[in-house]
Amino acid sequence: MNPFRRSPFVIVATVLVYLFLYAPIVGLVLYSFNASRANVTFEGFVPAFSDRVVMEGSLVKSSPCGPFHWYCDLAKNDDVAEAAGNTLTIAVTATIVATIIGTMAAIALQRYDFKLKPFSQLSLYIPIVIPEIVMGIGVLTLFSQLFGWVNEAFNLSGDARLSLGMATVTISHIAFMVPFVTLVVQARLQGFDKSFEEAAMDLGANEWTTFRRVTFPMILPGVMSGALLAFTLSLDDFVITFFTNGPGSTTLPIYVYGLLRRIITPQVNALSTVWILVVFTAVLLLQLIQNREQKQHS
Amino acid sequence: MTSEFAVEMRDVVKRFITPEGNEMAAVDRVTMQIKNGEFFSMLGSSGCGKTTSLRMIAGFEWPTEGEVYIEGNAMGHTPPFQRKVNTVFQSYALFQHMTVYQNLAFGLEMEGAKEEEIKKRVGRALEMVQLTGMDRRRPRQLSGGQQQRVALARALVKTPDVLLLDEPLGALDLKLRKEMQLELKALQQQLGITFIYVTHDQEEALTMSDRIAVMSKGQVQQMGTPVEIYERPSNKFVADFIGESNFLEGKIKSLSKNEASVFVPSLNTEVTGMPISAGLVKGEDVVVSIRPEKIRIADKDTKSNNMFRARVTNTVYIGADTHIYVDVHDAKMKVLEQNRISRLDPKSFYVVGQDVWLLLMPENTLVLKKD
Repeated sequence: MNPFRRSPFVIVATVLVYLFLYAPIVGLVLYSFNASRANVTFEGFVPAFSDRVVMEGSLVKSSPCGPFHWYCDLAKNDDVAEAAGNTLTIAVTATIVATIIGTMAAIALQRYDFKLKPFSQLSLYIPIVIPEIVMGIGVLTLFSQLFGWVNEAFNLSGDARLSLGMATVTISHIAFMVPFVTLVVQARLQGFDKSFEEAAMDLGANEWTTFRRVTFPMILPGVMSGALLAFTLSLDDFVITFFTNGPGSTTLPIYVYGLLRRIITPQVNALSTVWILVVFTAVLLLQLIQNREQKQHS
Repeated sequence: MTSEFAVEMRDVVKRFITPEGNEMAAVDRVTMQIKNGEFFSMLGSSGCGKTTSLRMIAGFEWPTEGEVYIEGNAMGHTPPFQRKVNTVFQSYALFQHMTVYQNLAFGLEMEGAKEEEIKKRVGRALEMVQLTGMDRRRPRQLSGGQQQRVALARALVKTPDVLLLDEPLGALDLKLRKEMQLELKALQQQLGITFIYVTHDQEEALTMSDRIAVMSKGQVQQMGTPVEIYERPSNKFVADFIGESNFLEGKIKSLSKNEASVFVPSLNTEVTGMPISAGLVKGEDVVVSIRPEKIRIADKDTKSNNMFRARVTNTVYIGADTHIYVDVHDAKMKVLEQNRISRLDPKSFYVVGQDVWLLLMPENTLVLKKD
C-alpha cells in the first residue's frame, strides 16, 4: 500500500527512535530491581524473600520484599515521603490557581478587545520560550529583593522573616503554568460560537448562570487538558524549583538531584519508576480527554 | 398586552467600527412598527442590516441612536435575559452538553418553574414540533431538521410574546425548507404569537409573511404586504430585488392626477396610461418597470395602445414556463409565458427570429424614480 512502509530507512529510524526514547526508561525500571547496591551493573533481581535483609558485600541476598526490596526501602524513607508530599502539594495548589487564572485570561483574550491585547497575547509566549534557567534566576532575584525590602521595612526577625519555601515555589510554578493553561484553553475557545451564550441569555440566564451552565461545561475539556498539562509540568520541574525552594520545601526532583550527588542506590530507580507511573497516568488521562474532545468535534 | 405594537423600532441607528477603523452604519434610521400577532419579515441580502435589527430587538446589541420598544416599553440597555422575546438562531445554538429535554427545560428553570410544570410544558412543546420521545437524545444525534425543531421548541416553550427567527431554515434542504415554511406559518397562526422573521429568501418571505420590510444598506426600502411589495414596489431596488423586472429608462412626458405617459428612447415611443407613485414631476427622468409575466405576447398586431413590434432572440424552456428574450427596437426585454399547452405542439411556442407583438398593460407597468 504505502511505499514508505517497507522502506529500510523508516524501519531503522523507528528502531532508533524507540531505542533512545524507551531503552533508558526500560533500563531505569529494570535497575530498580537490582540486587547490587552499587547499581553500576545489573546483578540480577534480589533473589529471595526472608524476614530480614541479608547483605553480602554490596549485594542484597534476600529481603522481606524480595525483588521489590528497593521499593520497600523507599517506603521507609521519610525524606522521600516529605519530598513527595511537597511536590504534590505544590503541584495541586499551583494547578488549581494557574487553571483559574489561565482560563480567565483565555476568555478575556478571546472575547474582549482592549488596547494592550496584542502585547498581552505576545507576553504569554515569553515564559514558554525563555530559558527556564533565566526565569529561575529572575524569580529568585525578585523574591530576594522583595523579601529584603519587606523584612527591613517591617523590621522582621527570626521566624517572621520572609524567606524562600513552599510559597515561593508555588508562586513561581503558577507563574510559568499560566501561559500553558491559557494557550490550551484559548485553542478550545477558538471554535466556540458566541451564539451559545446568546442563546442562554435569550432563555433568561444572566451572565454568571450563562458561564456556569453553558460556557464552562462546553470549554471544560479544554480547561481539563490545560490543567493536566500544567500539573505534569509542575511535578517534574527542576530548574525553577531549584532557585526558589528553601528549607522544608524540597520537591522530588530536587531530592533526587541531591541523592545523585552522594550515592546512587537502586532506591533512586525505584523512586523514578513510581514517578514515571504517576506522570504516565496523568499524560494518559490527558490523551483520553483530548481524544474524546476530538470525537465530539467531528 | 399593553401596546398596539408588539415591537417598535424608532429611528434606530447602529454603528460599528470596522477593522480598518472606519465607522459604518449597519442599521441606518430604521423605523418599524410590528403589530401583535403579526408574521413580520425582514428581507434583504447579507449586510442589509436585517440581522443587526433583529439582534437589537433580542438585546444582543444596543442601538447607537434611537430606541427599541417591546410591548410599548423602551428597552434601552435591558439585557436579553430581561426581555420577553425569544430567538431561534440560524446555527440553532443547541447546548451540545445537554439532552433535548435539558435544552428545553433550561429556559423554564431560569424562570424558576417547578419540576412538575417543566415536565408538562416541555412535553407539550415537544409534541407541538412532533419530537415526542426524543427528549433523551443529544442534539448531535438528531438530523438537521430535527435540530431545527428543537431550537424552535426551546424558544416556544417560554411562551414569549414575540418570537425572533434568524434565517432558521437556511441550513435545511429545499424540500424540507418548503415543508417547514408552511408548518411555521400554521404554528404562528395557531399560537397567535408575533413572529419576526429574518431571511434573504424572497420566496420564503412572500410565502409566510403578513408584512415584509425590504431592507438594503441599513435602511427599510419598503414595508408592506407581500402583494403590495410585489405589485407596487416603491423603488427600483425593490422591483429588482423581489422577483424580476424589465427596466426601461425614460422621461415623463405628461402627468395627470393618476396616470403618466413616459417617452422611452430605447422603444422610440411613448408608453401611456401608467399608474404613478407619489413625488414624480413632469420632465423627470424615470424608470419604467414591467414584470416579465405581465407582458402579453402575440403573433398578430391587435392595434392596442402600448403594443410594440419585437423579435425573438432566444427562448429557454423551464418546464412550467418558457422565458422568451426579445429585442424591441433598441431595448432588450424578457417575457415569461406559461406553458399551458404542451411544448410538443409546434404551434405552442415562439422560435428565435420570429416577429412578435408585445402588449404592455399599463395597469401592470410602473413608473419609478430613477435611483
